[in-house]
Amino acid sequence: MSKQTAYITGSCVVRKHQVYRNGALLWQEAPSLELQEFLRKAYDRFSGQYPKFHKMDPLSKLGWLAAEVLLREAPIEDHLPEQVAIVLSNRSASLDTDLRYYNTVKDIPSPALFVYTLPNIVIGEICIRHGFKGEHAFFTMDSFDAEQVVSYAQLLLDSGVATACLCGWVEVMDQQYEVALFLAERQQREGAVAFTAAEVKKLYAQQSGS
Amino acid sequence: MADLKSQIIEQLNLQEVKPEDIGDDQPLFKDGLGLDSIDALELIVLLQQHYSIRLANPDQGPEIFYSVRTMATYITAQQKQPG
Repeated sequence: MSKQTAYITGSCVVRKHQVYRNGALLWQEAPSLELQEFLRKAYDRFSGQYPKFHKMDPLSKLGWLAAEVLLREAPIEDHLPEQVAIVLSNRSASLDTDLRYYNTVKDIPSPALFVYTLPNIVIGEICIRHGFKGEHAFFTMDSFDAEQVVSYAQLLLDSGVATACLCGWVEVMDQQYEVALFLAERQQREGAVAFTAAEVKKLYAQQSGS
Repeated sequence: MADLKSQIIEQLNLQEVKPEDIGDDQPLFKDGLGLDSIDALELIVLLQQHYSIRLANPDQGPEIFYSVRTMATYITAQQKQPG
């Protein structure tokens, strides 16, 4: 159990072609769109000017986009790059890309796909974009386990290894996907709630429309 | 060379680049088009897939892949070689 307090100072949830930031629906697209089309439109809407995005696999695109949306409104520059940690999780690891890569092996293996055949590459893409150099971890689990993710992130914050932690869930398999990112900081900011598994679950559930 | 530029764009997923944006003599790496080491491997795959050319000596890579023109020259030379 943590002895110190941290706060959720921002969140971004992307599912069913809807993008939420801090609980508010920012943007949505027709559910009939293919995932890659949705990702391209989301990139045009929220970013642009980052051509490497188009080379990423869907898992990295999803995590990268959610981080882009979340961190746009977050004062992340208050933290040293070495003290921003990332703790992510999902169900399918990099299987979505592994299968695509496996299909190329029959002909000529694709180097561009091979480099995405690990789930933690999404963390690297976020770090490259924002210059983060802190601790990171990627867990694979059956479903989003707020207790585990919060407990690991809290450990990093409590031990002083990190002053901010981007954590959550980035899942994709074929057309099915879901991203829920939370920014946890030591410092309390306006509208922030306590960084607990219960609050994370509440935010995760609220934005699922359930 | 226009075809080769289109193939490069497709192979490397350069979705924000048009063929006419790539100069014939523009360096493909570093300050030019800004390609990286994975792109270099994809260019080797491109030669194999589209032109059935296997790069025999990887040390030649920087010379062959310097620009679209050097790539085109290399492809043409390889295609002229008998059998």
